Amino acid sequence: MTEPSPETHASAREMRAKYETGETTVRETALAHLERIEKVDKHTHAFLTVLDEDQIIAQADAADEMIKSGEASALTGIPFLIKDNISTDGIRTTAASKILDGYVPPFDATVVSRLKDAGAIILGKGNLDEFAMGSSNENSAFGPVINPWGNNRVPGGSSGGAAAAVAAGETAIALGSDTGGSIRQPASLCGVVGFKPTYGTVSRYGLIAFGSSLDQIGPIARTVADCADTANTISGRDPLDSTSLDLDLDFTEYLDRDIDGKRIGVPREYLVEGIEPGVRSAFDASIAVLEGLGAIVEETNLPLTDHALAVYYIIAPSEASANLARFDGVKYGMSIEGEPNARESIEATRGSGFGPEVKRRILIGTYALSAGYYDAYYKKAQQVRTLIRREFQDAFQKFDALVMPTSPTVAFELGEKTQDPFQMYLSDVCTIPVNIAGLPGISVPCGLSEGLPVGLQVVAPQLGDRTALQIAHAYEQSANWKLTPPEL
Amino acid sequence: MNSPSLTEEDVRHIARLAALRIDDDEVETMRSQLSDILAHFQTLAELDTEGVPPTGHTTDAHSVMRDDEDMPALDREQTLANAPFVDGEFVRVRPVME
Repeated sequence: MTEPSPETHASAREMRAKYETGETTVRETALAHLERIEKVDKHTHAFLTVLDEDQIIAQADAADEMIKSGEASALTGIPFLIKDNISTDGIRTTAASKILDGYVPPFDATVVSRLKDAGAIILGKGNLDEFAMGSSNENSAFGPVINPWGNNRVPGGSSGGAAAAVAAGETAIALGSDTGGSIRQPASLCGVVGFKPTYGTVSRYGLIAFGSSLDQIGPIARTVADCADTANTISGRDPLDSTSLDLDLDFTEYLDRDIDGKRIGVPREYLVEGIEPGVRSAFDASIAVLEGLGAIVEETNLPLTDHALAVYYIIAPSEASANLARFDGVKYGMSIEGEPNARESIEATRGSGFGPEVKRRILIGTYALSAGYYDAYYKKAQQVRTLIRREFQDAFQKFDALVMPTSPTVAFELGEKTQDPFQMYLSDVCTIPVNIAGLPGISVPCGLSEGLPVGLQVVAPQLGDRTALQIAHAYEQSANWKLTPPEL
Repeated sequence: MNSPSLTEEDVRHIARLAALRIDDDEVETMRSQLSDILAHFQTLAELDTEGVPPTGHTTDAHSVMRDDEDMPALDREQTLANAPFVDGEFVRVRPVME
Protein backbone atom coordinates (compact mmCIF):
# COMPACT_ATOMS: atom_id res chain seq x y z
CA MET A 1 0.00 0.00 0.00
CA THR A 2 1.02 3.59 -0.57
CA GLU A 3 1.35 6.54 1.76
CA PRO A 4 -1.91 8.16 2.88
CA SER A 5 -3.28 9.70 -0.27
CA PRO A 6 -4.23 13.36 -0.69
CA GLU A 7 -7.49 11.78 -1.91
CA THR A 8 -8.48 11.39 1.73
CA HIS A 9 -8.54 15.14 2.32
CA ALA A 10 -10.27 16.20 -0.90
CA SER A 11 -13.84 17.42 -1.08
CA ALA A 12 -16.43 15.04 -2.52
CA ARG A 13 -16.79 17.26 -5.58
CA GLU A 14 -13.02 17.05 -6.18
CA MET A 15 -13.21 13.26 -5.85
CA ARG A 16 -16.07 13.09 -8.32
CA ALA A 17 -14.14 15.20 -10.85
CA LYS A 18 -11.23 12.76 -10.67
CA TYR A 19 -13.55 9.79 -11.19
CA GLU A 20 -15.02 11.44 -14.26
CA THR A 21 -11.63 12.12 -15.85
CA GLY A 22 -10.39 8.66 -14.91
CA GLU A 23 -7.56 10.15 -12.87
CA THR A 24 -8.57 7.82 -10.07
CA THR A 25 -11.13 5.10 -9.42
CA VAL A 26 -13.62 4.68 -6.62
CA ARG A 27 -11.84 1.49 -5.60
CA GLU A 28 -8.52 3.33 -5.16
CA THR A 29 -10.20 6.11 -3.21
CA ALA A 30 -12.18 3.74 -1.01
CA LEU A 31 -9.07 1.70 -0.20
CA ALA A 32 -7.11 4.88 0.56
CA HIS A 33 -9.78 5.73 3.11
CA LEU A 34 -9.67 2.27 4.63
CA GLU A 35 -5.92 2.62 4.98
CA ARG A 36 -6.35 6.05 6.52
CA ILE A 37 -8.85 4.66 9.05
CA GLU A 38 -6.41 1.90 9.97
CA LYS A 39 -3.73 4.51 10.53
CA VAL A 40 -5.56 7.22 12.46
CA ASP A 41 -8.70 5.78 14.02
CA LYS A 42 -6.71 4.45 16.96
CA HIS A 43 -6.14 8.13 17.79
CA THR A 44 -9.60 9.50 17.01
CA HIS A 45 -11.83 6.50 17.83
CA ALA A 46 -14.33 7.99 15.40
CA PHE A 47 -15.59 4.65 14.07
CA LEU A 48 -17.48 2.05 16.09
CA THR A 49 -17.71 -0.35 13.15
CA VAL A 50 -15.60 -0.44 9.99
CA LEU A 51 -16.85 -2.65 7.18
CA ASP A 52 -14.62 -5.44 5.86
CA GLU A 53 -12.38 -4.65 2.92
CA ASP A 54 -14.42 -7.07 0.79
CA GLN A 55 -17.66 -5.24 1.55
CA ILE A 56 -16.08 -1.89 0.71
CA ILE A 57 -14.53 -3.15 -2.52
CA ALA A 58 -17.88 -4.59 -3.64
CA GLN A 59 -19.55 -1.19 -3.17
CA ALA A 60 -16.64 0.61 -4.86
CA ASP A 61 -16.64 -1.65 -7.90
CA ALA A 62 -20.39 -1.18 -8.31
CA ALA A 63 -19.85 2.61 -8.16
CA ASP A 64 -17.03 2.45 -10.71
CA GLU A 65 -19.42 0.53 -12.95
CA MET A 66 -22.10 3.24 -12.52
CA ILE A 67 -19.58 5.91 -13.49
CA LYS A 68 -18.46 3.96 -16.59
CA SER A 69 -22.02 3.43 -17.73
CA GLY A 70 -22.95 7.09 -17.25
CA GLU A 71 -25.38 6.47 -14.36
CA ALA A 72 -23.39 8.41 -11.78
CA SER A 73 -24.81 11.22 -9.65
CA ALA A 74 -23.23 13.63 -7.17
CA LEU A 75 -22.51 11.07 -4.46
CA THR A 76 -21.51 8.08 -6.57
CA GLY A 77 -18.27 6.69 -5.19
CA ILE A 78 -18.12 9.12 -2.27
CA PRO A 79 -17.05 7.56 1.05
CA PHE A 80 -19.47 7.97 3.95
CA LEU A 81 -19.53 7.34 7.66
CA ILE A 82 -23.00 6.79 9.12
CA LYS A 83 -23.61 7.89 12.71
CA ASP A 84 -24.38 4.77 14.69
CA ASN A 85 -27.91 5.82 15.67
CA ILE A 86 -28.94 5.42 12.02
CA SER A 87 -30.07 1.90 11.12
CA THR A 88 -28.08 -0.11 8.60
CA ASP A 89 -29.37 -3.43 7.30
CA GLY A 90 -27.09 -6.25 8.45
CA ILE A 91 -24.58 -3.91 10.13
CA ARG A 92 -24.69 -3.66 13.91
CA THR A 93 -26.20 -0.42 15.13
CA THR A 94 -25.44 0.48 18.73
CA ALA A 95 -26.45 4.12 19.36
CA ALA A 96 -23.26 3.87 21.49
CA SER A 97 -25.33 2.15 24.18
CA LYS A 98 -24.80 -1.13 25.99
CA ILE A 99 -28.55 -1.71 25.88
CA LEU A 100 -28.39 -2.36 22.13
CA ASP A 101 -25.60 -4.91 22.52
CA GLY A 102 -25.71 -7.35 19.60
CA TYR A 103 -28.47 -5.54 17.72
CA VAL A 104 -28.34 -5.91 13.93
CA PRO A 105 -31.14 -3.99 12.17
CA PRO A 106 -33.14 -5.97 9.61
CA PHE A 107 -33.67 -2.81 7.54
CA ASP A 108 -31.96 0.35 6.28
CA ALA A 109 -32.90 3.86 7.36
CA THR A 110 -34.37 5.72 4.38
CA VAL A 111 -31.31 7.99 4.22
CA VAL A 112 -29.08 4.93 3.98
CA SER A 113 -31.07 3.32 1.19
CA ARG A 114 -30.98 6.63 -0.70
CA LEU A 115 -27.19 6.81 -0.32
CA LYS A 116 -26.88 3.22 -1.51
CA ASP A 117 -29.10 3.90 -4.53
CA ALA A 118 -26.85 6.85 -5.40
CA GLY A 119 -23.77 4.61 -5.30
CA ALA A 120 -22.20 6.17 -2.20
CA ILE A 121 -19.66 4.03 -0.32
CA ILE A 122 -20.51 3.18 3.27
CA LEU A 123 -17.26 2.74 5.19
CA GLY A 124 -18.77 2.10 8.60
CA LYS A 125 -20.57 3.49 11.62
CA GLY A 126 -19.62 6.52 13.68
CA ASN A 127 -19.15 6.95 17.41
CA LEU A 128 -21.55 9.27 19.26
CA ASP A 129 -22.86 10.17 22.67
CA GLU A 130 -25.18 7.40 23.85
CA PHE A 131 -28.52 7.83 22.05
CA ALA A 132 -27.17 11.19 20.78
CA MET A 133 -27.42 12.67 24.28
CA GLY A 134 -24.36 14.78 24.90
CA SER A 135 -22.16 17.60 23.65
CA SER A 136 -18.69 16.07 23.93
CA ASN A 137 -18.97 12.42 22.83
CA GLU A 138 -17.85 11.43 26.33
CA ASN A 139 -21.18 9.66 26.91
CA SER A 140 -20.40 6.85 24.47
CA ALA A 141 -20.49 3.41 26.09
CA PHE A 142 -17.54 2.55 23.83
CA GLY A 143 -15.26 5.38 24.95
CA PRO A 144 -14.87 8.95 23.76
CA VAL A 145 -13.84 10.29 20.37
CA ILE A 146 -10.69 12.43 20.41
CA ASN A 147 -10.67 15.65 18.40
CA PRO A 148 -7.93 15.44 15.73
CA TRP A 149 -7.12 19.09 16.47
CA GLY A 150 -5.89 18.44 20.00
CA ASN A 151 -4.77 15.40 21.91
CA ASN A 152 -6.90 15.91 24.95
CA ARG A 153 -9.79 17.78 23.34
CA VAL A 154 -13.36 16.62 22.82
CA PRO A 155 -14.77 16.63 19.27
CA GLY A 156 -18.12 17.96 20.46
CA GLY A 157 -21.26 15.91 20.28
CA SER A 158 -23.30 14.10 19.79
CA SER A 159 -22.07 13.42 16.23
CA GLY A 160 -18.46 13.51 17.47
CA GLY A 161 -17.29 10.52 15.43
CA ALA A 162 -18.83 11.97 12.27
CA ALA A 163 -17.09 15.34 12.66
CA ALA A 164 -13.74 13.91 13.78
CA ALA A 165 -13.67 11.39 10.91
CA VAL A 166 -14.23 14.11 8.30
CA ALA A 167 -11.59 16.34 9.91
CA ALA A 168 -9.04 13.50 10.10
CA GLY A 169 -9.52 12.36 6.50
CA GLU A 170 -11.18 9.06 7.44
CA THR A 171 -14.25 9.79 5.34
CA ALA A 172 -15.30 12.47 2.86
CA ILE A 173 -18.79 12.97 4.27
CA ALA A 174 -20.67 11.72 7.31
CA LEU A 175 -24.34 11.53 8.14
CA GLY A 176 -25.13 12.84 11.60
CA SER A 177 -28.27 13.72 13.49
CA ASP A 178 -29.07 17.01 15.16
CA THR A 179 -31.57 17.35 18.02
CA GLY A 180 -30.08 20.40 19.75
CA GLY A 181 -26.88 21.03 17.80
CA SER A 182 -25.43 17.54 17.41
CA ILE A 183 -24.34 18.14 13.80
CA ARG A 184 -23.35 21.81 13.97
CA GLN A 185 -21.52 21.95 17.33
CA PRO A 186 -19.11 19.04 16.60
CA ALA A 187 -18.58 20.36 13.06
CA SER A 188 -17.60 23.68 14.64
CA LEU A 189 -15.25 22.08 17.16
CA CYS A 190 -13.57 19.92 14.48
CA GLY A 191 -13.20 22.61 11.79
CA VAL A 192 -15.60 21.10 9.23
CA VAL A 193 -19.02 22.01 7.79
CA GLY A 194 -22.22 20.70 9.41
CA PHE A 195 -25.72 21.25 8.05
CA LYS A 196 -29.04 20.68 9.80
CA PRO A 197 -31.84 21.04 7.25
CA THR A 198 -35.33 22.32 8.06
CA TYR A 199 -37.24 19.84 10.22
CA GLY A 200 -39.20 17.51 7.95
CA THR A 201 -37.04 17.79 4.84
CA VAL A 202 -35.17 14.55 5.57
CA SER A 203 -36.89 11.30 6.55
CA ARG A 204 -36.26 10.11 10.10
CA TYR A 205 -37.28 6.54 9.31
CA GLY A 206 -34.58 4.30 10.78
CA LEU A 207 -33.07 7.03 12.95
CA ILE A 208 -33.15 5.78 16.53
CA ALA A 209 -35.51 8.36 17.98
CA PHE A 210 -34.38 10.78 20.71
CA GLY A 211 -36.60 13.89 20.55
CA SER A 212 -38.94 13.25 17.65
CA SER A 213 -40.12 16.85 17.21
CA LEU A 214 -36.50 18.06 17.14
CA ASP A 215 -34.43 15.28 15.51
CA GLN A 216 -33.16 15.83 11.99
CA ILE A 217 -30.57 13.94 9.95
CA GLY A 218 -28.00 15.94 8.00
CA PRO A 219 -24.46 15.90 6.59
CA ILE A 220 -21.03 16.79 7.96
CA ALA A 221 -18.52 17.43 5.17
CA ARG A 222 -15.49 19.48 4.12
CA THR A 223 -17.44 21.97 2.03
CA VAL A 224 -20.84 23.61 1.93
CA ALA A 225 -21.37 22.28 -1.62
CA ASP A 226 -20.82 18.69 -0.42
CA CYS A 227 -23.45 19.28 2.27
CA ALA A 228 -25.90 20.58 -0.34
CA ASP A 229 -25.27 17.59 -2.63
CA THR A 230 -25.86 15.21 0.27
CA ALA A 231 -29.07 16.99 1.28
CA ASN A 232 -30.33 16.64 -2.29
CA THR A 233 -29.77 12.89 -2.17
CA ILE A 234 -31.24 12.14 1.25
CA SER A 235 -34.17 14.60 1.36
CA GLY A 236 -37.72 14.30 0.08
CA ARG A 237 -41.01 12.77 1.05
CA ASP A 238 -40.89 9.30 2.56
CA PRO A 239 -44.12 7.38 3.18
CA LEU A 240 -42.38 5.72 6.14
CA ASP A 241 -42.02 9.07 8.00
CA SER A 242 -45.35 10.87 8.22
CA THR A 243 -43.59 14.12 9.25
CA SER A 244 -41.48 14.19 6.08
CA LEU A 245 -42.44 17.03 3.78
CA ASP A 246 -43.51 16.58 0.18
CA LEU A 247 -41.05 18.99 -1.42
CA ASP A 248 -38.58 18.89 -4.24
CA LEU A 249 -35.91 21.34 -3.08
CA ASP A 250 -32.63 21.66 -4.97
CA PHE A 251 -30.30 22.54 -2.10
CA THR A 252 -27.53 23.54 -4.51
CA GLU A 253 -29.70 26.03 -6.39
CA TYR A 254 -28.45 29.28 -4.79
CA LEU A 255 -24.84 28.23 -4.14
CA ASP A 256 -23.33 30.32 -6.89
CA ARG A 257 -25.44 33.42 -6.34
CA ASP A 258 -23.71 36.36 -4.69
CA ILE A 259 -24.95 37.71 -1.35
CA ASP A 260 -24.81 41.37 -2.29
CA GLY A 261 -27.68 43.13 -0.52
CA LYS A 262 -28.60 40.14 1.70
CA ARG A 263 -29.93 41.33 5.03
CA ILE A 264 -28.21 39.51 7.88
CA GLY A 265 -29.05 39.91 11.58
CA VAL A 266 -26.72 39.34 14.52
CA PRO A 267 -28.76 38.65 17.67
CA ARG A 268 -26.98 40.25 20.62
CA GLU A 269 -28.13 37.55 23.04
CA TYR A 270 -25.72 35.07 21.41
CA LEU A 271 -22.68 37.27 22.06
CA VAL A 272 -22.79 37.77 25.78
CA GLU A 273 -22.33 35.31 28.59
CA GLY A 274 -19.68 32.62 28.36
CA ILE A 275 -18.38 33.40 24.89
CA GLU A 276 -14.60 33.07 24.63
CA PRO A 277 -12.71 36.17 23.41
CA GLY A 278 -11.05 34.18 20.61
CA VAL A 279 -14.44 32.94 19.40
CA ARG A 280 -15.77 36.49 19.53
CA SER A 281 -12.91 37.90 17.48
CA ALA A 282 -13.14 35.12 14.84
CA PHE A 283 -16.88 35.80 14.63
CA ASP A 284 -16.35 39.57 14.29
CA ALA A 285 -13.85 38.96 11.50
CA SER A 286 -16.36 36.74 9.69
CA ILE A 287 -18.93 39.57 9.83
CA ALA A 288 -16.40 41.81 8.09
CA VAL A 289 -16.05 39.18 5.34
CA LEU A 290 -19.83 39.03 4.87
CA GLU A 291 -19.98 42.83 4.70
CA GLY A 292 -17.15 42.79 2.19
CA LEU A 293 -19.36 40.56 0.02
CA GLY A 294 -22.09 43.17 0.10
CA ALA A 295 -24.29 41.77 2.86
CA ILE A 296 -26.04 44.29 5.08
CA VAL A 297 -25.32 43.18 8.63
CA GLU A 298 -27.19 44.65 11.60
CA GLU A 299 -27.46 43.79 15.27
CA THR A 300 -30.85 42.70 16.53
CA ASN A 301 -32.48 41.28 19.64
CA LEU A 302 -34.02 37.87 20.32
CA PRO A 303 -34.78 38.22 24.04
CA LEU A 304 -36.34 34.75 24.41
CA THR A 305 -32.99 33.15 23.54
CA ASP A 306 -32.23 32.96 27.25
CA HIS A 307 -35.20 30.65 27.75
CA ALA A 308 -34.41 28.26 24.91
CA LEU A 309 -32.17 26.02 26.99
CA ALA A 310 -34.90 25.41 29.59
CA VAL A 311 -37.48 24.75 26.87
CA TYR A 312 -35.14 22.28 25.19
CA TYR A 313 -34.17 20.43 28.36
CA ILE A 314 -37.84 19.89 29.16
CA ILE A 315 -39.09 18.96 25.68
CA ALA A 316 -36.18 16.80 24.50
CA PRO A 317 -36.01 14.62 27.65
CA SER A 318 -39.81 14.34 27.73
CA GLU A 319 -39.84 12.99 24.20
CA ALA A 320 -36.81 10.84 24.97
CA SER A 321 -38.44 9.28 28.02
CA ALA A 322 -41.28 8.10 25.77
CA ASN A 323 -39.06 7.07 22.84
CA LEU A 324 -36.66 5.10 25.03
CA ALA A 325 -39.47 3.13 26.65
CA ARG A 326 -39.04 0.62 23.81
CA PHE A 327 -35.68 -0.57 25.17
CA ASP A 328 -36.90 -3.31 27.48
CA GLY A 329 -34.60 -6.25 26.77
CA VAL A 330 -37.44 -8.21 25.17
CA LYS A 331 -37.27 -7.61 21.41
CA TYR A 332 -33.57 -6.85 20.92
CA GLY A 333 -30.40 -5.89 22.72
CA MET A 334 -29.14 -6.97 26.12
CA SER A 335 -31.38 -8.58 28.71
CA ILE A 336 -30.66 -9.20 32.37
CA GLU A 337 -31.54 -12.74 33.39
CA GLY A 338 -32.58 -14.14 36.72
CA GLU A 339 -35.28 -11.63 37.64
CA PRO A 340 -38.56 -13.02 38.97
CA ASN A 341 -40.95 -11.27 36.56
CA ALA A 342 -41.24 -9.08 33.48
CA ARG A 343 -41.34 -5.79 35.39
CA GLU A 344 -38.19 -6.54 37.40
CA SER A 345 -36.46 -7.88 34.32
CA ILE A 346 -37.18 -4.68 32.36
CA GLU A 347 -36.11 -2.43 35.23
CA ALA A 348 -32.89 -4.37 35.71
CA THR A 349 -32.08 -4.34 31.99
CA ARG A 350 -32.70 -0.60 31.65
CA GLY A 351 -30.85 0.19 34.89
CA SER A 352 -27.80 -1.68 33.71
CA GLY A 353 -28.01 -0.93 29.97
CA PHE A 354 -28.36 2.86 30.00
CA GLY A 355 -25.50 5.18 30.94
CA PRO A 356 -25.78 8.03 33.48
CA GLU A 357 -26.70 10.86 31.07
CA VAL A 358 -29.43 8.80 29.40
CA LYS A 359 -30.82 7.91 32.83
CA ARG A 360 -30.78 11.57 33.87
CA ARG A 361 -32.73 12.57 30.80
CA ILE A 362 -35.25 9.74 31.12
CA LEU A 363 -35.83 10.82 34.73
CA ILE A 364 -36.16 14.53 33.86
CA GLY A 365 -38.59 13.69 31.07
CA THR A 366 -40.62 11.28 33.18
CA TYR A 367 -40.85 13.90 35.92
CA ALA A 368 -41.88 16.66 33.49
CA LEU A 369 -44.63 14.47 32.04
CA SER A 370 -45.86 13.05 35.35
CA ALA A 371 -49.21 13.85 36.96
CA GLY A 372 -49.19 17.24 38.65
CA TYR A 373 -46.12 18.55 36.79
CA TYR A 374 -47.22 18.28 33.15
CA ASP A 375 -48.73 21.80 32.99
CA ALA A 376 -45.89 23.47 34.83
CA TYR A 377 -43.15 21.89 32.74
CA TYR A 378 -44.09 20.20 29.48
CA LYS A 379 -47.07 22.36 28.54
CA LYS A 380 -45.30 25.53 29.66
CA ALA A 381 -42.24 24.61 27.58
CA GLN A 382 -44.41 23.94 24.53
CA GLN A 383 -46.05 27.34 24.95
CA VAL A 384 -42.70 29.10 25.22
CA ARG A 385 -41.69 27.11 22.14
CA THR A 386 -44.50 28.89 20.31
CA LEU A 387 -43.19 32.26 21.53
CA ILE A 388 -39.66 31.42 20.39
CA ARG A 389 -40.96 30.42 16.93
CA ARG A 390 -42.86 33.70 16.68
CA GLU A 391 -39.78 35.65 17.71
CA PHE A 392 -37.79 34.04 14.89
CA GLN A 393 -40.65 34.61 12.43
CA ASP A 394 -40.64 38.31 13.35
CA ALA A 395 -36.87 38.52 12.91
CA PHE A 396 -37.11 36.94 9.47
CA GLN A 397 -39.52 39.68 8.41
CA LYS A 398 -36.50 41.93 8.59
CA PHE A 399 -33.59 39.59 7.80
CA ASP A 400 -32.85 36.93 5.20
CA ALA A 401 -30.70 35.09 7.71
CA LEU A 402 -29.20 35.32 11.18
CA VAL A 403 -25.58 34.60 12.07
CA MET A 404 -23.97 33.79 15.38
CA PRO A 405 -21.11 31.62 16.68
CA THR A 406 -22.00 27.92 16.55
CA SER A 407 -20.44 27.29 19.95
CA PRO A 408 -19.46 29.77 22.66
CA THR A 409 -16.14 27.94 23.11
CA VAL A 410 -13.58 26.02 21.11
CA ALA A 411 -13.09 22.30 21.80
CA PHE A 412 -12.70 21.83 25.55
CA GLU A 413 -10.64 19.23 27.38
CA LEU A 414 -11.86 15.74 28.06
CA GLY A 415 -13.36 15.58 31.54
CA GLU A 416 -13.67 19.35 31.82
CA LYS A 417 -17.47 19.40 32.00
CA THR A 418 -18.46 15.85 32.90
CA GLN A 419 -19.02 16.55 36.60
CA ASP A 420 -21.67 19.21 36.04
CA PRO A 421 -24.41 18.21 33.57
CA PHE A 422 -25.76 21.75 33.30
CA GLN A 423 -22.36 23.18 32.31
CA MET A 424 -22.28 20.59 29.53
CA TYR A 425 -25.78 21.60 28.42
CA LEU A 426 -24.55 25.19 27.97
CA SER A 427 -22.31 23.98 25.12
CA ASP A 428 -25.42 23.91 22.93
CA VAL A 429 -26.77 27.30 23.89
CA CYS A 430 -26.21 28.74 20.38
CA THR A 431 -27.61 25.77 18.45
CA ILE A 432 -30.67 24.69 20.48
CA PRO A 433 -33.02 27.56 19.48
CA VAL A 434 -32.74 26.45 15.83
CA ASN A 435 -34.17 23.01 16.65
CA ILE A 436 -36.90 24.46 18.85
CA ALA A 437 -38.14 26.47 15.88
CA GLY A 438 -37.47 23.74 13.28
CA LEU A 439 -35.16 26.02 11.28
CA PRO A 440 -32.26 25.16 8.98
CA GLY A 441 -28.79 25.93 10.34
CA ILE A 442 -25.28 25.42 9.08
CA SER A 443 -21.89 25.72 10.75
CA VAL A 444 -18.93 26.67 8.58
CA PRO A 445 -15.33 27.08 9.81
CA CYS A 446 -14.38 30.72 10.47
CA GLY A 447 -10.82 30.48 11.74
CA LEU A 448 -8.85 29.34 14.76
CA SER A 449 -8.65 30.44 18.36
CA GLU A 450 -5.69 29.14 20.35
CA GLY A 451 -5.04 26.70 17.52
CA LEU A 452 -8.56 25.23 17.63
CA PRO A 453 -11.38 25.72 15.11
CA VAL A 454 -14.23 28.21 15.48
CA GLY A 455 -17.55 27.87 13.62
CA LEU A 456 -19.85 30.48 12.12
CA GLN A 457 -23.53 29.52 12.23
CA VAL A 458 -25.97 30.71 9.56
CA VAL A 459 -29.67 30.30 10.33
CA ALA A 460 -32.50 30.86 7.86
CA PRO A 461 -36.29 30.72 8.06
CA GLN A 462 -38.08 27.38 7.71
CA LEU A 463 -37.43 26.01 4.21
CA GLY A 464 -34.89 28.79 3.65
CA ASP A 465 -32.19 26.10 3.52
CA ARG A 466 -30.90 27.35 0.17
CA THR A 467 -30.32 30.83 1.60
CA ALA A 468 -28.39 29.44 4.58
CA LEU A 469 -26.26 27.34 2.22
CA GLN A 470 -25.79 30.30 -0.14
CA ILE A 471 -24.47 32.60 2.60
CA ALA A 472 -22.28 29.87 4.11
CA HIS A 473 -20.90 29.02 0.66
CA ALA A 474 -20.16 32.66 -0.19
CA TYR A 475 -18.37 33.07 3.15
CA GLU A 476 -16.44 29.81 2.70
CA GLN A 477 -15.28 30.73 -0.81
CA SER A 478 -14.23 34.22 0.25
CA ALA A 479 -12.54 33.33 3.55
CA ASN A 480 -10.94 30.21 2.01
CA TRP A 481 -9.79 28.71 5.33
CA LYS A 482 -9.19 25.08 4.28
CA LEU A 483 -8.43 24.08 7.86
CA THR A 484 -6.52 20.83 8.22
CA PRO A 485 -5.62 19.45 11.64
CA PRO A 486 -1.99 18.63 12.43
CA GLU A 487 -0.98 15.14 11.29
CA LEU A 488 -1.85 12.51 13.90
CA MET B 1 -43.95 26.35 39.82
CA ASN B 2 -42.09 26.47 43.09
CA SER B 3 -38.43 25.63 43.09
CA PRO B 4 -38.47 21.87 43.40
CA SER B 5 -35.91 20.25 45.59
CA LEU B 6 -36.35 16.57 45.01
CA THR B 7 -36.10 14.06 47.81
CA GLU B 8 -34.48 10.66 47.43
CA GLU B 9 -37.99 9.24 47.64
CA ASP B 10 -39.03 11.41 44.66
CA VAL B 11 -36.13 10.04 42.63
CA ARG B 12 -37.08 6.46 43.46
CA HIS B 13 -40.68 7.18 42.52
CA ILE B 14 -39.76 8.73 39.13
CA ALA B 15 -37.36 5.87 38.44
CA ARG B 16 -40.16 3.41 39.15
CA LEU B 17 -42.45 5.27 36.71
CA ALA B 18 -39.68 5.07 34.10
CA ALA B 19 -39.05 1.35 34.75
CA LEU B 20 -35.44 2.21 35.52
CA ARG B 21 -33.58 0.51 38.34
CA ILE B 22 -31.40 3.01 40.18
CA ASP B 23 -28.76 1.71 42.57
CA ASP B 24 -28.79 3.07 46.12
CA ASP B 25 -25.45 4.78 45.52
CA GLU B 26 -26.81 6.54 42.40
CA VAL B 27 -29.86 7.99 44.13
CA GLU B 28 -28.20 10.89 45.94
CA THR B 29 -26.17 11.96 42.88
CA MET B 30 -29.28 11.87 40.70
CA ARG B 31 -31.27 13.74 43.34
CA SER B 32 -28.79 16.57 43.50
CA GLN B 33 -28.20 16.78 39.73
CA LEU B 34 -31.89 16.65 38.85
CA SER B 35 -32.73 19.29 41.48
CA ASP B 36 -30.05 21.53 39.99
CA ILE B 37 -31.38 21.04 36.45
CA LEU B 38 -34.99 21.62 37.51
CA ALA B 39 -33.96 24.85 39.25
CA HIS B 40 -32.73 26.18 35.89
CA PHE B 41 -36.20 25.58 34.44
CA GLN B 42 -37.73 28.11 36.86
CA THR B 43 -36.93 30.99 34.49
CA LEU B 44 -39.87 29.92 32.32
CA ALA B 45 -42.28 30.94 35.09
CA GLU B 46 -41.34 34.59 34.37
CA LEU B 47 -42.99 34.40 30.96
CA ASP B 48 -46.65 35.10 30.44
CA THR B 49 -48.04 32.27 28.33
CA GLU B 50 -51.71 32.85 29.03
CA GLY B 51 -53.64 31.81 25.93
CA VAL B 52 -50.53 30.85 23.95
CA PRO B 53 -51.10 27.59 22.04
CA PRO B 54 -48.47 24.90 22.64
CA THR B 55 -46.16 23.83 19.80
CA GLY B 56 -45.93 20.05 19.49
CA HIS B 57 -43.97 20.10 16.27
CA THR B 58 -42.89 22.77 13.83
CA THR B 59 -44.33 21.69 10.51
CA ASP B 60 -47.95 22.20 9.61
CA ALA B 61 -48.45 18.52 8.87
CA HIS B 62 -51.55 17.04 10.47
CA SER B 63 -52.48 13.44 11.04
CA VAL B 64 -51.24 11.61 7.96
CA MET B 65 -52.89 8.32 7.13
CA ARG B 66 -51.85 5.98 4.36
CA ASP B 67 -54.16 3.67 2.47
CA ASP B 68 -54.61 0.31 4.12
CA GLU B 69 -52.57 -1.71 1.65
CA ASP B 70 -50.33 -4.73 2.08
CA MET B 71 -46.73 -3.71 2.61
CA PRO B 72 -43.63 -5.84 2.92
CA ALA B 73 -42.91 -6.67 6.55
CA LEU B 74 -39.56 -7.26 8.20
CA ASP B 75 -38.01 -10.66 7.66
CA ARG B 76 -39.15 -12.87 10.56
CA GLU B 77 -35.94 -14.85 10.96
CA GLN B 78 -33.72 -11.75 10.84
CA THR B 79 -36.01 -9.89 13.25
CA LEU B 80 -36.26 -12.73 15.76
CA ALA B 81 -32.50 -13.13 15.63
CA ASN B 82 -32.28 -9.90 17.65
CA ALA B 83 -34.49 -11.10 20.50
CA PRO B 84 -32.62 -12.30 23.59
CA PHE B 85 -35.09 -15.17 24.23
CA VAL B 86 -36.98 -16.88 21.45
CA ASP B 87 -39.26 -19.89 21.46
CA GLY B 88 -40.00 -21.06 17.92
CA GLU B 89 -41.68 -18.17 16.14
CA PHE B 90 -42.26 -16.30 19.38
CA VAL B 91 -40.37 -13.90 21.62
CA ARG B 92 -40.27 -15.30 25.14
CA VAL B 93 -40.78 -12.96 28.12
CA ARG B 94 -40.70 -13.35 31.89
CA PRO B 95 -44.09 -13.86 33.55
CA VAL B 96 -46.19 -10.70 33.72
CA MET B 97 -48.68 -12.10 36.25
CA GLU B 98 -47.54 -14.00 39.31
